[in-house]
Amino acid sequence: MLSQLEARGVSYSLQGIVKDYGEFRLTVEQLELREGEIFCLLGPSGAGKSTLLRLLNFLTPPDSGKMTLFGRTYLSSNFTPELQIMRQITTVFQRPALLNERVWNNIVYPLKLRRQAVDKAAITPIIERLGLSGILDQPAATLSGGEAQRVALARALVFSPKVLLLDEPTANLDPENIAIIEGMVTSYAAEHRSTIVWITHNQFQARRVGDRVCLLEKGRIIEVNSKEKIFSDPDNQRTREFLCGDILY
Amino acid sequence: MGAISDGFFESIRLLFSLDPYIYDIIAVSLRVSGIALFLSTLIGVPLGALLALSRFRGKQVVTALLYTGMGFPPVVVGLFVFLFLSASGPLGSLRWLFTVKAMITAQTIIAFPLVAGFTMAAVASVDRNLLRQLRALGATKLQASWAAIREARVGVLVAIIAGFGGVISEVGAVMLVGGNIEGRTRVLTTAIVLETRKGNFGVAIAFGIVLLLITFITNLAMLYLQKRQLLEEE
Ligand SMILES: Nc1ncnc2c1ncn2[C@@H]1O[C@H](COP(=O)(O)OP(=O)(O)OP(=O)(O)O)[C@@H](O)[C@H]1O
Ligand SMILES: [Mg+2]
Repeated sequence: MLSQLEARGVSYSLQGIVKDYGEFRLTVEQLELREGEIFCLLGPSGAGKSTLLRLLNFLTPPDSGKMTLFGRTYLSSNFTPELQIMRQITTVFQRPALLNERVWNNIVYPLKLRRQAVDKAAITPIIERLGLSGILDQPAATLSGGEAQRVALARALVFSPKVLLLDEPTANLDPENIAIIEGMVTSYAAEHRSTIVWITHNQFQARRVGDRVCLLEKGRIIEVNSKEKIFSDPDNQRTREFLCGDILY
Repeated sequence: MGAISDGFFESIRLLFSLDPYIYDIIAVSLRVSGIALFLSTLIGVPLGALLALSRFRGKQVVTALLYTGMGFPPVVVGLFVFLFLSASGPLGSLRWLFTVKAMITAQTIIAFPLVAGFTMAAVASVDRNLLRQLRALGATKLQASWAAIREARVGVLVAIIAGFGGVISEVGAVMLVGGNIEGRTRVLTTAIVLETRKGNFGVAIAFGIVLLLITFITNLAMLYLQKRQLLEEE
C-alpha cells in the first residue's frame, strides 16, 4: 500500500529536524524531496550542507525531529534504518575515498557487500560512459583526481541507488571531468527516477543540472524553489544577494 | 677458541647430517609457535580491530591491559600458566602440564597482545573518511571492519610476524610449562640451554644457527612488508 507521500512521488520528508553541534545548529522545519529530481544545495561554507547530507544518508542522527523515507518514519530517538533501506542510499564525497585495490574491485565492491552477482552487461555502460574501460586493472592509489572521482561515481551507481547524495563531487576537477560527471548523473536521474541531492558551490552547475534549488545559510533553509524561479525571481532577498554575489565565492 | 671453532664445524656437520634429533626439535618448535601464532591471530586481529574501530565502555581499561600484556615478562606468563595447569591448580584436571598444549597456551598468551596491539595501531591509521564512505556504500559495521583490516593488511601482517618473533625465541615460559622433555616438548631455545650445560657446544650452536635463521627470515619479511607499505603510501 502506498502512503500519501509515496503517491505524490515524495521520497524524503523531514520535519522539525535539528542537529546541534553546540557552536553550530542545523534546523530543517520542513523539507520534501521527490523521486526523479536533482535537488541542488547551495550555500556558503559552513552553512550545514554536508551535515544535511549526512542526515539524509543516516550517517549521523539528528538531536530531534523525524525523517520519513519510502514511507517509513525514523525519529531522532531511533534513527537506525533497516539494512535494505540503508542500501538504497549512497553518498559521493568531495574527496574520493577508494579502497587500496584495483579499480575494478572498487567498482564492484557494493555488489560484493550485497552478495549480488556482478552483471557485466549492466555495469559496462556506466564504466564506458565514465571513461574507465582502460584503467580497470590499475591500482586505485595511482589514479588522478578526476579518474578517482569517476571511479567513486561508478561505484555509487552500480547498485542503482534510489537516493544519490553528492557532496561537491566536482570541486577541484577540470571542465572535462566535470562534464563527464554531470552527464552521467543527469542521465542516471532520468533513467532511474532516483532522488538526487547535489551540493555545489557553483551556481552555474546548479543551473545546468538542478531541477529545484535550495539555499542554506547558517544552518537554516532560506529558500527552496524551482531552478527557473530561483535564478530569475527569487522569493527571498537573501537569495537574491547570495546568487548575485556568488561569483565572489 | 678451539671449543668454539670445533663446535661450529660440528654444528655444520649436524645440520647437513639430517640427524632426526635435530630436525624433530625444529619441527616441535615450529609446530608449537605456529599453532600459538594461529590462535593469537584469531584472537588478536579481531580484538585489535575492535579497539581501533569502536567505542565502548571499558575500552581504556582493555587497551591498558593490552599494553601491559605486550610488555609482560614471558617467564611470568609461564609461571601463571604453570600454576593454573599444575595438579593442584584450577585447570589441573586437563593434565596439560609438560605437554605441547601447555606450551601453546603460554605462547598464545604471550603473542596475542603483541598481535592485537600492533593490529590496533595499523587499523586505527585507516582513513576515517574511507570508513564512512564504505558505510555509505551499504557496508554493515562488520563488513566495514573487515575492509579496514584489509586496508591495513601490511600492518596486520607485521603484527602477526611480531607475534611470531616474540614466541619462537622465548625460553623461560616453555621451559617452565613444557619441561624440556626430549622428543616431546623440547624446542630450539630449551635445547640450546640444555646442550650448552652438557657441554655439547656443536649441537647447541646448530640450534642457535637455526634459531637465528628463523628470526632473520622473520625480520626480513617484516622489513620487506614495511618497505612495501611505504611504497604503497607514496
Ligand atoms: N562532527 C562535528 N562536530 C562538531 N561540529 C561539526 C561537526 N561536523 C560539522 N560541524 C560544524 O557544522 C558546521 C557546518 O558544517 P558542514 O560541513 O555541514 O558545512 P558545509 O555547508 O558543508 O560547508 P562547506 O561548504 O565548507 O563544505 C561547521 O561549522 C562545522 O564546524
Ligand atoms: Mg561540506
